[in-house]
Amino acid sequence: MSSDLVDRVIKSKDISRNKRKLSGSGQFWLAFRYSALTILFIIAALPIYIMVVNSVKGITGVTQSAAFLPPTHLNFDAWGPTWKVLREPMQRTLFFVVQSSIISAIVGSINGFVFAKWRFKGSTFIFTLFLFGMFIPYQAIMIPLTQFNHWAGIGGTIYVLVVAHVIYGIPICTLIFRNYYAAIPNELIEAARVDGAGMVRIFRTIILPLSIPGFVVVLIWQFTSAWNDFLFAIFLTGGSPKLAVATTALNFITGSGNQVYYGNNMTASLIVSIPTLLVYMFLGRYFLRGLLSGSLKG
Amino acid sequence: MIGWTVKFSLSNRTNAWSKDNSFAGLKNYTGLLEDPEFTHAFGNLMKFTVVFMIGTLISGLIMSLLLEKGIRGEGFFRSIYLYPMAISFIAMGTSWRWLMDSARDDKGTGLNHLFHMAKLNILQNDWYSSENASMYAMALPAIWQMSGYVMALFLAGFRGIPDDLREAARVDGATEFKIYRHILFPQLKPTFLTVLIILGHISMKVFDLIYGISTKSYVTKVLAIYMWQVIFDFQNYAKGSAIAVVILVIIAIVVIPYLVYVNKTEEMK
Repeated sequence: MSSDLVDRVIKSKDISRNKRKLSGSGQFWLAFRYSALTILFIIAALPIYIMVVNSVKGITGVTQSAAFLPPTHLNFDAWGPTWKVLREPMQRTLFFVVQSSIISAIVGSINGFVFAKWRFKGSTFIFTLFLFGMFIPYQAIMIPLTQFNHWAGIGGTIYVLVVAHVIYGIPICTLIFRNYYAAIPNELIEAARVDGAGMVRIFRTIILPLSIPGFVVVLIWQFTSAWNDFLFAIFLTGGSPKLAVATTALNFITGSGNQVYYGNNMTASLIVSIPTLLVYMFLGRYFLRGLLSGSLKG
Repeated sequence: MIGWTVKFSLSNRTNAWSKDNSFAGLKNYTGLLEDPEFTHAFGNLMKFTVVFMIGTLISGLIMSLLLEKGIRGEGFFRSIYLYPMAISFIAMGTSWRWLMDSARDDKGTGLNHLFHMAKLNILQNDWYSSENASMYAMALPAIWQMSGYVMALFLAGFRGIPDDLREAARVDGATEFKIYRHILFPQLKPTFLTVLIILGHISMKVFDLIYGISTKSYVTKVLAIYMWQVIFDFQNYAKGSAIAVVILVIIAIVVIPYLVYVNKTEEMK
């Protein structure tokens, strides 16, 4: 289901190209479409453009009048100190993001398999509950979650964020895997069952080897959302600098009323965005798939 | 199955804890209604939601209409429109805060500076610091972020409609406009519904975006920000929880019927 969606988005049919000669009004419309696309392109790219050009103007080199212009010369002064502040939080983020992504991917694939191939009584109902889990606002579980963390003895460690993102990741991971597994023919599983394989064996030897693309989608999705998350991070770590992660550390830099050093702020923002941007650039197709899976319907 | 247990224990805990609140009476909830900060935040959220949903829907739809028939360079435009989804709002907030700086004319930065240079002084405004229009300004970055997503959803929708339908209509002499109006848009109803649900629930939860741009500023306060403030600054857990429940209930009222509907249509297949 979800893979079809992505193919639909990516596949360009290009009807207009089939007609070799465009009529006058056809040419006008093509020009119109390109101009509109370009305007939207400028709007979409403006914030990141500003971030990039102003991060290479040095710490104090950002002036209001020239901020829209590209730098006259490259000055990476702002990068060193900023990186020094952000390095540790970013390593910490990487640590918990990787863990929580892997755990929720594994749980999600097991759940997804059960929902797709092992319909039991009430499974639709429970699945609906799962889906609703995707819509539960973070705010609604935050206080019980803090209590849980305290009870589990992980309060004040980075594992609070692992737990939070695993719990929140499970619904979407389950959904993605369920849709993915729904495309695997039932005959394959029937055949294995006839040969005497149990559910666990079927999952391990047949389903898992087929799941690699599903895992890529889920891992990327979880990576991006956990990396970019701010609410859980600031709430569960209580803003303690010992537990600062990428977004909270960034907020500490940019939110301190230090409006003068825009060069610094822009650089910090850019550094924090680089990991997710890289993932998006190189694995955008999988990212899109995760995004569309959130839309539930095929 | 572990996930199921975790999930279940979780929802139970939310319930148990809202029951605790009701044991204390509905005091927290009635208190909210009389709290001007709460009604202010609620009003702000509604303004934001309306502008954000309409704006995102329209710009996402425009993007998808422009790309829908396929055009050279489509992949490029598509990736640019979609990239904001991959970036944290705490990061993009820096850019937007600067773009929407309220200083004007010669002192102006960001968009105001741009408008000043282009002699479009009338367009200069206070953006998110303004008293009345703050939430509308705040919706801009939100629209910016989510439009690409909506575009992708609509593209998937458009391209799921068989070409034969268009061809048939064209043979029958329908104009392009009529084809969209009478053939394509009616087919996209489920997509519209999905988009509205997704945007709606995102809007209800909005936090990062506003926190990243204006922190706890009064004029841009919404429920999520207020809740944060109540819990962290005033340490009022019961009241904070009540606000969280309000957000949850609003979302549940809209989302649960939708999920039931989705499941029903899926079972019919």
